Amino acid sequence: MARSHKPVVWGLFAAGGTASAFLVPVLAITLGFAVPLGLLSPTDLSFDRVYSIVSHPLGRLVLFGYMTVCFWHAAHRTRTTAHDVGLHNDRVTMIVCYGAAGLSTVLAALFLLSL
Amino acid sequence: MSARQITLEVLRYRPESESEPVFQSYSVPCQKEWVVLDALNYVKDNLDRTLSFRWSCHMAVCGSCGMVINDNPMLSCKAFLRDLPDHIRVEPLQNFPIERDLMVSLDDFMDKLKSVKPYLIPKQPTADPDGTYKQSSAQLKKFKPFAMCINCMACYSVCPQYGLNDGFAGPAALALAHRYNADSRDQGRRAREDVVASNTGIWECTFVGACSEVCPKNVDPAAAIQQTKIASTVDYFKDLLMPSGRKIAHPEGDTT
Ligand code: SF4
Repeated sequence: MARSHKPVVWGLFAAGGTASAFLVPVLAITLGFAVPLGLLSPTDLSFDRVYSIVSHPLGRLVLFGYMTVCFWHAAHRTRTTAHDVGLHNDRVTMIVCYGAAGLSTVLAALFLLSL
Repeated sequence: MSARQITLEVLRYRPESESEPVFQSYSVPCQKEWVVLDALNYVKDNLDRTLSFRWSCHMAVCGSCGMVINDNPMLSCKAFLRDLPDHIRVEPLQNFPIERDLMVSLDDFMDKLKSVKPYLIPKQPTADPDGTYKQSSAQLKKFKPFAMCINCMACYSVCPQYGLNDGFAGPAALALAHRYNADSRDQGRRAREDVVASNTGIWECTFVGACSEVCPKNVDPAAAIQQTKIASTVDYFKDLLMPSGRKIAHPEGDTT
């Protein structure tokens, strides 16, 4: 029996899940609680400050990596969920899901490069 | 001791007289400490000798009395009546062809179990003069939970992927493959890979996790499959980067 090539997308899926599991709580606590409750001063997250972090080459690289794995995580999860709910034309699902992830990856790269 | 009157609604299928399964109800006087299997045996002994079902140990060890009880697959010897209502519906395990009444065909499951080579494939015979392989407690702990499977097939009954795709190796077989892969004495991971890492192996699993919820022995097949996915992904990229490494990895010269 031929070995599957799913490790490629599953690897990205797993990386996206792991990265999100660590980073989403941080984002939620910072943006959802720390700033509104005044635990962080408004200047800590001022536009200029965030922009300087995001547009730094290292910032762009980290963001690009994080966004990419999240896109592919969402794509793979959507593909398997489509299968679970009874959409069994896997080829079409694959093209739509991974196509969207690929396109998003390219758009993210272009956007980050334009910063 | 006073008896509690229970209605058992059992799915019957006698291929020589029925074209499809039908429910039949029995009113059973049950003792407080009984399990569903006791009630079925009461029916068999006193009410209807034609009722067919499998059982053996009556102590959650043999794995033969798995059935669907009020929509949940479980061992009927572990399903205490005190936890169930007065009306109990008993059906054969889902996703398997019914042979007769509560007995399903085991053939596909047995073939899948065999296909993952569920036995130790050591690299070389032990150097220990008494013929044993030494193993630390930590090494044992890595695979022991996955060795607790009693082949009751409850996990297959709830697995939506097995229901959709007959070719899928399924939770228990893949958990068993992982049990041997994770054993320090074993070197057969690459030999199991053709089945385990194929499209009908771990990659067919979409991590619904129902298998781990229903397992009466707490095997956690879903965790076994996820751990195998990680190991197989590492192998996949290793093979991609170092294609020649794969030959060396077939230690026992298995050609199947
Ligand atoms: S893994 Fe659990 S549910 Fe599945 S066959 Fe083994 S004991 Fe039964």
